[in-house]
Amino acid sequence: MPVETDSPERARPEPIRAVPVRHPGRWVAVAVIGVLVAMFVHLLVTNKAFNWSFMVDEMFRPPIMAGVRGSIALLLTAMLIGIVLGVVIAVMRLSENPILRGVAWAYTWFFRAVPRLVLAILFGNLGILWARIEFGLPFDRQIGALFGVDDFEARLFGFSAVDILTGFVAGMLALGLSEAAYMAEIVRAGIQSVDEGQTEAAQALGMKRSQILRRIVLPQAMRVIVPPTGNETIAMLKDTSLVAFVPVSMELFFQLRAVGSRTFQVFPMLVAATIWYLLLTSVLLVGQYYLERHFSKGVRRSGRARTRLRGVAAESGGTTGKAGGA
Amino acid sequence: MTELTVPAQAGEPAVESGPMVRAEQVHKSFGPIEVLKGIDLEVRSGEVCCLLGPSGSGKSTFLRCINHLEKINAGRIWVDGDLIGYRERGGKLHEMRESDVAAQRRAIGMVFQRFNLFPHMTALQNVAEAPVLLGREKKATARERAAALLERVGLGDKIGNYPSQLSGGQQQRVAIARALAMQPKLMLFDEPTSALDPELVGEVLDVMKDLARDGMTMIVVTHEIGFAREVGDSLVFMDDGVVVESGVPREVIANPRHDRTKAFLAKVL
Ligand SMILES: Nc1ncnc2c1ncn2[C@@H]1O[C@H](COP(=O)(O)OP(=O)(O)O)[C@@H](O)[C@H]1O
Ligand SMILES: [Mg+2]
Repeated sequence: MPVETDSPERARPEPIRAVPVRHPGRWVAVAVIGVLVAMFVHLLVTNKAFNWSFMVDEMFRPPIMAGVRGSIALLLTAMLIGIVLGVVIAVMRLSENPILRGVAWAYTWFFRAVPRLVLAILFGNLGILWARIEFGLPFDRQIGALFGVDDFEARLFGFSAVDILTGFVAGMLALGLSEAAYMAEIVRAGIQSVDEGQTEAAQALGMKRSQILRRIVLPQAMRVIVPPTGNETIAMLKDTSLVAFVPVSMELFFQLRAVGSRTFQVFPMLVAATIWYLLLTSVLLVGQYYLERHFSKGVRRSGRARTRLRGVAAESGGTTGKAGGA
Repeated sequence: MTELTVPAQAGEPAVESGPMVRAEQVHKSFGPIEVLKGIDLEVRSGEVCCLLGPSGSGKSTFLRCINHLEKINAGRIWVDGDLIGYRERGGKLHEMRESDVAAQRRAIGMVFQRFNLFPHMTALQNVAEAPVLLGREKKATARERAAALLERVGLGDKIGNYPSQLSGGQQQRVAIARALAMQPKLMLFDEPTSALDPELVGEVLDVMKDLARDGMTMIVVTHEIGFAREVGDSLVFMDDGVVVESGVPREVIANPRHDRTKAFLAKVL
């Protein structure tokens, strides 16, 4: 017989207190990792080859800091060339003009085929080809000869190749031009990821192709472009060490090795290099996080949608004020 | 290069104070497949023309020809007396430059089935973007007017929202406001309510009715027979790339003359 007092308002059932599933494998893994970490720390602390005090003394000295600044300058300029030229080549690659498409394809083909180390050395030795780099009418001597004028020269200005192709510029060009080939592929994928309807809507409003690219397509492509560009930047930071072969001396790895070979303390300086690159990469990772967050503006992501909306509701009027980007 | 076959009546000068839209023998092919097989159409200024027809009959393609998103293979289209996409000089047609085509498009607003709002911009930025970018207005005035337009479509409280934070009906209303911001002479609607949940269709149709009352010239591709009957001044039924019949919406809907129209209406009514 049912209990009558129960029927109108049923009692809330007892909360579940079940015994959770055990994961013995996890504890084994923790134990194994714990032992390995302990061995590693023991090695770091007891092995004299690390020579920690010497390393810490040396790794922040002025020549090394100049090397750090040089590496960062190289990183920034090479990435700037890579990104700007990469966008240009990606747009050429997607153009309706078959000649532009062909040039872009050939560029990408060449710079992706040749290793960066080879490029760096090659650019360091370009001075062999031309003693001077001059700007003016091309083939001026040949044109002069055609009209019977010997030694006709139409050159506006020039530099000595050795002056302009200093180690730094050669390294910057080698890394930047090579990076442009990779960036072009990334940017192209980004542009193609944007819905065709976006371009059509913009065209229907009367915008021109260049305006659509700048205001509508590229900002949306950024969401796809930024994460791999972050990876490229980190890879580039490491590749700046290649310009030691150009040779460039104002560069982190060159400076650390120089100290190492001068003092016969090669190993501590290699560890110093590892620590420096870890530090710099970590800084880049923070930058990448904020960039990605900025460019995912207005995009609803399944996991975060609710949190986002709540945030927007809290801001309410604030978002309107921010709308000044137009 | 597009080759343009000149139709028989091509010698006539463009009509000065004639219809807002005039299409003559418009043909359009995609590769070997002819999608439009000679469309003739006239829409007077202030008229609401409803375009009906089964899926794949070429309605969207025709609409896209009017603002030159598609290049036609033969025939002519004039909007407010201007030949679309080409310039006629010495009996020859010359393709227009990109900037001139863009200028023509500014007078023609278009609303898409899938809204196509710019997802990285707020509702206000979506509406104010084109007038500022195209040098029509200063940023401050454009934003004021954009806010007023959004108010007009009933979204005065949503100007700071991104499209992903709006319902389908709200997004489509922003899209209408965005098109109106360019102060077009003509509005093209391509199934504006087909992607919406049924309960959101009404709010978009209401905005369109309001627009029609204000005297906007509109060509509306739609399956909303009620809207066509109530708001439409003319109804054009298309099938398989040709205009099958046209007339006053009430009459065509009540007494369709062609079997194809009858069959289609039987399905959507
Ligand atoms: N860009 C295109 N390339 C090839 N075929 C197309 C293209 N656009 C439309 N079509 C074809 O043209 C026909 C008419 O399409 P559409 O104008 O979209 O019809 P509706 O809008 O009446 O449904 C369809 O058969 C479609 O497959
Ligand atoms: Mg369609």
